[in-house]
Amino acid sequence: MENSKKKIELIKSFSKEMRKNILSMAFAAGSSSSHFGGALSITEIVSTLFADQMKIDKSNPNWEKRDRFILSKGHACLAYYSALCEVGYISKDELLTFEKDNSNLLGHPVRNKDLGIEFSNGSLGMGLSLGIGLALSAKKRNKDFKVYVIVGDGECNEGSVWEAAMAAPNFNLENLYVIIDKNNFQQTGSNKQIMNVDNLRSKWESFNWYSREVDGHNIDELLYIFNECNNIKKPKAIIANTIKGKGFSFSENNNDWHHSILSKSFYEKAIKELG
Amino acid sequence: MKIDERSIKIWSTIGQRATVGMAALELVKEIDELIIVTCDVSTSAGLDRFRKTYPNKFIDVGIAEQNMIGIAAGLASENFKVLTTTFAPFQTMRCLEQIKVNLGYMKQNVCMVGIASGLSLGALGYTHCCIEDIGVLRSIPGITIISPSDAFETVKAMEASLKSINPTYIRLTGTSNNPIVNKADYKFEIGKSIKLKDGDDITIFSCGSMVYESLEVAKRLEQEKISTSVINMHTIKPIDKQAIINAQKSKMIVTIEEHNIIGGLGSAVAEVKSTIKNYPKQIFFGVDDKYSKGGSYSFLKENYRLSADMIVKDILNQLNHE
Repeated sequence: MENSKKKIELIKSFSKEMRKNILSMAFAAGSSSSHFGGALSITEIVSTLFADQMKIDKSNPNWEKRDRFILSKGHACLAYYSALCEVGYISKDELLTFEKDNSNLLGHPVRNKDLGIEFSNGSLGMGLSLGIGLALSAKKRNKDFKVYVIVGDGECNEGSVWEAAMAAPNFNLENLYVIIDKNNFQQTGSNKQIMNVDNLRSKWESFNWYSREVDGHNIDELLYIFNECNNIKKPKAIIANTIKGKGFSFSENNNDWHHSILSKSFYEKAIKELG
Repeated sequence: MKIDERSIKIWSTIGQRATVGMAALELVKEIDELIIVTCDVSTSAGLDRFRKTYPNKFIDVGIAEQNMIGIAAGLASENFKVLTTTFAPFQTMRCLEQIKVNLGYMKQNVCMVGIASGLSLGALGYTHCCIEDIGVLRSIPGITIISPSDAFETVKAMEASLKSINPTYIRLTGTSNNPIVNKADYKFEIGKSIKLKDGDDITIFSCGSMVYESLEVAKRLEQEKISTSVINMHTIKPIDKQAIINAQKSKMIVTIEEHNIIGGLGSAVAEVKSTIKNYPKQIFFGVDDKYSKGGSYSFLKENYRLSADMIVKDILNQLNHE
């Protein structure tokens, strides 16, 4: 692992700021509740992308050459909004409008080019197809932007994920990255209880993707895998082993926090744990 | 695009769905960013030549309609002009939620073409017929719905849709030897119906394959001294309200469509009409909300009383009861 300490520290601190934003939004949402656990499981993945891997222009969310990001598991939008805030597209004040009347920031992303929200998502299983469309666009116009799609492990229950999985290698989309957030839970229980999605790596490999497994909270590893993938001439499927609710003692691997109210006492506890 | 008597005749001979491929070969000359996305149906939509001539503008996603709409939406978000096509039930209902989210909610500009809609594939059974597409799509905000009256109007509708900024569904009906309604070049505007025949007693609103049938109906009613207007409601959404308001002086209005009477053109007309005081009675012709036994196109049209003969008979009956 030859990633510079400085880079890792930077991404770590980006992740920490993201978690702070996630806490403020979840707390501000009050009784309307928020998808807390699934946002925390993708925090390091999203921060590695936004703070390091993706080409973006901090002064222009619509920069034509930007890498494209799609949060297919749209319910994890707390992580998305908090990253867009750290990049500078969404203000801290606006974050606090989360799930309020007339807000731009609902409980699932609503396309808003000014805020850097590329697509409306939330109905599961749709994001990867969009990603294929974008990746095809880049190839047809000889542009070198990349496309990153985050998909949930529960989301892989959806048949449409596999329609897209079958198609991408057919179109030789080496500019397409799918990151599967393998936090082992879905809405009402563990993957094993509801619908087993084991052997994801071999599933994607058998569809002719270049597939790797990674600790989705280990920034050094994430950087290593992304860099390795960049040299592979195939679409990439990265299975990120993560912990739902990562970062706080009360929420880690506790599926009660799939969609839950962050009370004042939990909020204060979380702030303290974050340090 | 070259439009003359000969091309109109050729389009009519090959029918609405094969016309898609021929029209695409012309439209690509004007619309450089055109991309066609299909689901293993290139031959069915007459797209073989397009596929061979423009391989870089043709994407076959295999038999995967949900993926087709998602990919089309991704391309549209990068400002390609995207046309998708497959058989009408798969083009609309198999991927309905993808249409809602990607094209309705996100307002992305994709032109969808549903081939062989209505009853023309009746011998294959109701999996391949489509009597529901207008109804389901009409409930999604922002989707324009067009049902061309003949093969020539299919060309016009494709051109208008690809140049429009809204997502569109073009519903193709009929078979080869599609009767010609529009004999010479004319102005086609989305949302603006066309009065094909003027008359005082009855106004017929129809769309798709039923427009030609309606002209036949009008001819026969004239023989019975019943003066009849025929309006080609090629756009079902947004519906041409003014045309409906204008028909208020008729003694009766009639809607004729190759679609379930629930949710289609008749419903769209009734929604407008119900807001107008002292409006005449409406008679609905269409599929009366059931899946009958299958059979040939002509068998099914007879079955649902959609042939000119039966429509005339039923209208006369209604008038006698007034």
